[in-house]
Amino acid sequence: MAQKKQDIDKVTGVSTTGHEWDGITELNNPLPRWWLYLFYITIAFSAIYVLLYPAIPLVSTATGGILGWNSRSAVVSDLERLDASRGGDIAALRDVELVSIEENPQLLAFAQAYGRAAFGDNCSACHGAGGGGATGFPNLVDDDWLWGGSLDAIHQTITYGIRSTPMDTRFGDMPAFVRDGWFGREDAIVLADYVRSLSGLETPAGFDPTQGAELYATNCAACHGETGEGLRDMGAPNLTDGIWLYGSEREVILEGLVNGRGGMMPHFGERLDDATVKALAVYVHTLGGGE
Amino acid sequence: MASIGASPVAPGKRMTLGEGGSALAFAALALLSIVVAAKAWEAAYAFHAYLFAAGSVAAVFAIMNRYNERSATLPPQEIDGKPNYNMGPVKFATVAAMVWGIAGFTVGVLIAFQLAFPALNFDLAFLNFGRMRPLHTSAVIFAFGGNVLLATSLYVVQRTSRARLAGDITPWFVVLGYNFFILIAGTGYLLGITQSKEYAEPEWYADLFLTVVWVAYLLMFMLTLRKRKEPHIYVANWFYLAFIVTIAILHLGNNAVIPVSLFSAKSYMVWSGVQDAMVQWWYGHNAVGFFLTAGFLAIMYYFVPKRAERPVYSYRLSIIHFWALIFLYIWAGPHHLHYTALPDWTQTLGMVFSIMLWMPSWGGMINGLMTLSGAWDKLRTDPVLRLMVVSIAFYGMSTFEGPMMSIKVVNSLSHYTDWTVGHVHSGALGWVAYISFGAVYCLVPWLWNRERLYSLKLVNWHFWISTLGIVLYISSMWVAGIMQGLMWRAYTALGFLEYSFIETTEAMHPYYVIRGLGGILFLAGALIMVYNLVMTVRAVKPVAEAEPKSPLVAAE
Repeated sequence: MAQKKQDIDKVTGVSTTGHEWDGITELNNPLPRWWLYLFYITIAFSAIYVLLYPAIPLVSTATGGILGWNSRSAVVSDLERLDASRGGDIAALRDVELVSIEENPQLLAFAQAYGRAAFGDNCSACHGAGGGGATGFPNLVDDDWLWGGSLDAIHQTITYGIRSTPMDTRFGDMPAFVRDGWFGREDAIVLADYVRSLSGLETPAGFDPTQGAELYATNCAACHGETGEGLRDMGAPNLTDGIWLYGSEREVILEGLVNGRGGMMPHFGERLDDATVKALAVYVHTLGGGE
Repeated sequence: MASIGASPVAPGKRMTLGEGGSALAFAALALLSIVVAAKAWEAAYAFHAYLFAAGSVAAVFAIMNRYNERSATLPPQEIDGKPNYNMGPVKFATVAAMVWGIAGFTVGVLIAFQLAFPALNFDLAFLNFGRMRPLHTSAVIFAFGGNVLLATSLYVVQRTSRARLAGDITPWFVVLGYNFFILIAGTGYLLGITQSKEYAEPEWYADLFLTVVWVAYLLMFMLTLRKRKEPHIYVANWFYLAFIVTIAILHLGNNAVIPVSLFSAKSYMVWSGVQDAMVQWWYGHNAVGFFLTAGFLAIMYYFVPKRAERPVYSYRLSIIHFWALIFLYIWAGPHHLHYTALPDWTQTLGMVFSIMLWMPSWGGMINGLMTLSGAWDKLRTDPVLRLMVVSIAFYGMSTFEGPMMSIKVVNSLSHYTDWTVGHVHSGALGWVAYISFGAVYCLVPWLWNRERLYSLKLVNWHFWISTLGIVLYISSMWVAGIMQGLMWRAYTALGFLEYSFIETTEAMHPYYVIRGLGGILFLAGALIMVYNLVMTVRAVKPVAEAEPKSPLVAAE
């Protein structure tokens, strides 16, 4: 029953192998020629490719291939070609003083184009594609600057970052007042309302500004200023202008008073070359709010 | 059920070594699990230890109950000269495949829409894309695909060997143990347990358990083959065996970890750096090659000739393409690491082995399609056969696309884009799922002894709805992927990148939505299938007793 004698399949006229499994038999068809030749061609292609490119592992190295190609030098030459396609402007950008870039219209246009591309890859994840910012990430299009909006200040921020690792990084600390026991939650609520009153926001009925002013003078004025105008050396925001990094809601301000704030921006001075950082500084400076 | 002779223990009835031994082993595992649960460092791990304890206790009870209820002798190998096939575990795996399949497709639809609308993660840790994605891939590959492979392999090896499955407890241990592993893996992802290796996310204890299950599977399969009443081993069984052996090796190689403690889920990989990456993609690519290709080719080699009632096209081709396929596949992994820290020579070899793999893959396609010669007219009337033939066409398409994408210049465009995702799904939805659907449509009437499927019309609906879904899925991913690749490399006249990454993401949005719709259609088709299968078991007349011959009749 299992071992049928070889017979001929009526439909195709091809003989079977004579085996049978659960009713299934197999025909004695040869390998399709086109299939076999294509298989040979792929093998031949592979053999040639292996000769041309790095392929066969040896004891401590591998064959280099007749073409002498390797991915490391391919990257180097690709980058050189890219540099060449950028013309002489890239060298000019590298050599020129930061302040004089914006005086040269051609170089300015080049730096802006360069900065736009670099911004897209390095900055837009936090600051938004157009620099519009997001909660916790400053808007770079307006004229409100935490650490200064001059070309130099922006260049400094990009190079060393904010609360990042270099010695020259920008550093300021909004302490976790309540968590660290400087004052209690009730005082924090009074302070939150007081801070809201500085920019004319609504305060609850019966709010007493004198207690708030007292607490403010003791705990906040050192960084945010007597009148709440902020202090760029500490990165302390202006509290009177209606621009809020984390939000103006009572709970949000309270959250800052309880747990502190300390947004971090990486330093790009080591990651990007000088020309790129300059281009980024110029791009951000000319977005709309530069000083 | 009363045992024969009405006395609780029939005379001469003895517990087998397998029964006693496995009951003891499970009792020991239960004890160990309770100790681990009590001392576990992480709550999620303690939960898993409790699951192991509960599973082990249930296993002890199941073994003892089965012993008490069985007659003095074990089920015979043959009844009236005909093999006494063991189809219980096959039925279980078939049902499990459909249950996990629906779950996996549903999670797939969810994550497709999460990519289009990120708010759909609802800020819940367990619904996060990072946890849902491995849940989807494992559910469709290992839970759905794995159970289809278990069901069909245990069915096919018995029928084509005319022998009952080897072992008494083992078949159930393999099927239930495998599904228990799926449960551990899936709940682990949701709770955040992962060793973060793609397609090998479960941690060391789950891997260890799977190893035991898998070795039992291998032994059972080989011992069944040894008992065969046929002079030769059928080609489907070569493919099944290649799949089982290779997956065992891959699993051990890619899960070579050292646990931090018996009481922690965390472990560290012994490979590091680029070696780790290479081992990962040696594993990853051969999960495709041996799990999703060799195993499903085995399904094709049994179910296509069976359904078409035609001989396999070429015995010679099946031998040549089998050996070429398994020899070449195992070297192709490095093409996943083109243009990375992997040495150039390794990348070259990965590429050329992938190119040489093209024809061996197509050998399977030719043998599948040409088996239809003389039976092409059946495609008009039998939508189940049509599902399988279309799956072979998708297999041919994706095994051309794969070698093409492994060529370095093509890869420099396609790598990291959604083109890859589209490629994977043309293979996964078109080939793996369709051949599985075809096989399960055949299996259910055979296993439950029904005359026919409940409705061929519904199969037809399933076919067209899901085909439309696949077309939407892969064409949107082709367009999106190639567009993405081109946007990434676009330069302005001044020599700067034209687009930022976020702009490429925005451009993908409409295609992500289309892909999600394709997924919904595919899921809808599978739901129709489940309804059809349930109705087949509940509403279709059983085959008359007087008809013990080929089960083919049932499929008409």
